Amino acid sequence: MTSTLPPGFIFLFGALLIPLLQGQVRKTFVLLLPGVAFMDLLTMEHGTHWVASFLGQQLIFGQVDQWTMIFGYIFVINTFAGVLYSLHLEKPDEHVATFVYSGSSLGVVFAGDLLTLFIFWELMAFSSVYLILARRTQRAQESAFRYLLVHIFGGLALLGGVVVQITTTGSSVFHLMELEGLASWLIFIGFILNAAIPPLSAWLPDAYPEATVTGSVILSAFTTKTAVYVLARGFAGTELLIWAGVLMTLYGIVFAILENDMRRILAYSIINQVGFMITGIGIGTVMSLNGTAAHAFCHILYKALLFMSAGSVLYMTGKSKCTDLGGLYRTMPLTMLFGVIGAAAISAFPLTSGFTSKSLILQASGDEGLIVVWLMLVLASAGVFLHAGIKFPWFVFFAKDSGLRPKEPPMNMLLAMGFAAFMCIFLGVFPNVLYSILPYPVDYVPYTVDHVVSQMQILMFSALAFFLLLGPLQRTKTISLDTDWFYRRAGQGFKTFADKPIVVMENAIGGAYRSIVIKTTKKLSEWAFAFDRHVMDRVVNGVATMNNYGANSSAWIEKYVVYAGLNWTGYAYHIWARVLKILQTGMVHQYALIFIFGLFVLSVLVLFWVFVYGPPTGNIFR
Amino acid sequence: MKKEFDWFDKEKNVSLLKKSFYGSLIFLILIDFFIHKHVPFEWAGYPIFFVAYGFVACYVIVYFSKLVGLWLKKREDYYD
Repeated sequence: MTSTLPPGFIFLFGALLIPLLQGQVRKTFVLLLPGVAFMDLLTMEHGTHWVASFLGQQLIFGQVDQWTMIFGYIFVINTFAGVLYSLHLEKPDEHVATFVYSGSSLGVVFAGDLLTLFIFWELMAFSSVYLILARRTQRAQESAFRYLLVHIFGGLALLGGVVVQITTTGSSVFHLMELEGLASWLIFIGFILNAAIPPLSAWLPDAYPEATVTGSVILSAFTTKTAVYVLARGFAGTELLIWAGVLMTLYGIVFAILENDMRRILAYSIINQVGFMITGIGIGTVMSLNGTAAHAFCHILYKALLFMSAGSVLYMTGKSKCTDLGGLYRTMPLTMLFGVIGAAAISAFPLTSGFTSKSLILQASGDEGLIVVWLMLVLASAGVFLHAGIKFPWFVFFAKDSGLRPKEPPMNMLLAMGFAAFMCIFLGVFPNVLYSILPYPVDYVPYTVDHVVSQMQILMFSALAFFLLLGPLQRTKTISLDTDWFYRRAGQGFKTFADKPIVVMENAIGGAYRSIVIKTTKKLSEWAFAFDRHVMDRVVNGVATMNNYGANSSAWIEKYVVYAGLNWTGYAYHIWARVLKILQTGMVHQYALIFIFGLFVLSVLVLFWVFVYGPPTGNIFR
Repeated sequence: MKKEFDWFDKEKNVSLLKKSFYGSLIFLILIDFFIHKHVPFEWAGYPIFFVAYGFVACYVIVYFSKLVGLWLKKREDYYD
């Protein structure tokens, strides 16, 4: 039997009720909502449900199979963990944003057509940005604004792809695509932007570390993993993704090693971990796709756990830079323990969840004979341990004594970390629980002697290398430039453009105005005056009647022709100066370039549509 | 005031940790000569392949990052 509501709608409608409730009732309600959604998932049957008709297209809110179910389960479980972690919040706003965000993520997962997918995709962007804005700092606001603009650009690309797809094929059904033609490329760009594939990745380490303590736990799970999900459904077996994934694993490591802010280290390690999943999608075999699904499931839990642990430290100390932290194990032993469990899981230690999921992707790359990919992924596995496995806990909880003696965080935060830590170990000890819900049947045994020994060899000798390399790894008070430089600096470049050349132009025009208009008029009037005096006066004196006429007409021309012309030029100049002034202030110039880029994409699409298919007639969705 | 967690402050415990760490490293090298590995490529099955590769990989990663850092690392107020 299939229930009456898709799970995403349970969250979306639930979110509307949250502000109406108070105190304990509200806390109970937000904890129960994921439970209700989980029950809803258990009653779900495979197939197509909840189909609506809209502008001649079918909107499918429930395309259910094994892929849908595994992402549905983990999204609901992580929402529960995230809500438990943020239960101490007095205001309802972040909980509302959380449920709209995770509800729309579930909407994407259950969507059977591209229009439904797009609607929820946009809803995700707009609800998630609130979790960054809610930090209420200047930096967070700027970061949130960049986050939103980048995602609007991605959404525009996706929308363009969907529109072209519908106009060319007449169908909006979401299924496996070949990466050829405008439609699939635009959809692909929309997807990989949310998957944070470099160079379209800088929004993630820019925004997540600026989010609220509780918000980053939620953010770390949904946007990138829905992107993994749609790429797996839409572009499995696309070779480009193998290399994109390998690049991501290495990119994340290098930046995480350079980074000083602990939550930014974790943000870069999301890029690294999603890289493993993207490689799995690119390989496209049953084994590798299973690996991608399993790794997404496990990753969401241990990354949430790591963000919870780092968030607890930030919440209790107000600091997030490694250079300011250290030695916290003395007063936060439980937070340290949970952080270390998360670190062990992300490093794929045997008996943790990372070991049972990542091995599938490595095995798949080996089975396909992809030597370079396999070597890079093993290297990246060592690198994961280096940056997330040791670096994060070492510099935060051990290393030097920072003198800070913070208490453990509130009970609800500890419980949430305990829950996530339990799941990480449970999935590591009983891998078959996870293997049984993977998209395809699993023929793999992770716990063999040689596999465990190989993994321990990589990890322990990486640990040795870490301690030998402590010198070069020492943290510095720096930031590292990522690809967001292009739009952050381009914004500033535009400002320089507005400041410098326009000022020069203003002066030049002012000068020209003075020398051409004013001087000429002056000369003209001097000349007119001289003429008046030397010629006119005599004539006027000579001819009395003509005198009056001449004086009158001279006054009239002066009033209505010369002055009017001057006034008009002055007024036009004034208006233009106003426009330039607006351009020079506030956010306009900072982001104008991105808007222009987005508009460019949109106009290309419109032109494409009009020239290839003629002007739209009647219902444009037909 | 609650007592601080001081397990790591005791010299005895730290030296125990160090000894077991070095012990495990030696064990992981020695055991490699006695087990047969089911690896996708033949050369990956040679003894101490993973030991050497993991260790060298970390050096490559760290020094490569340092190199990139010369170019990308900026003062914290770079964008302000």
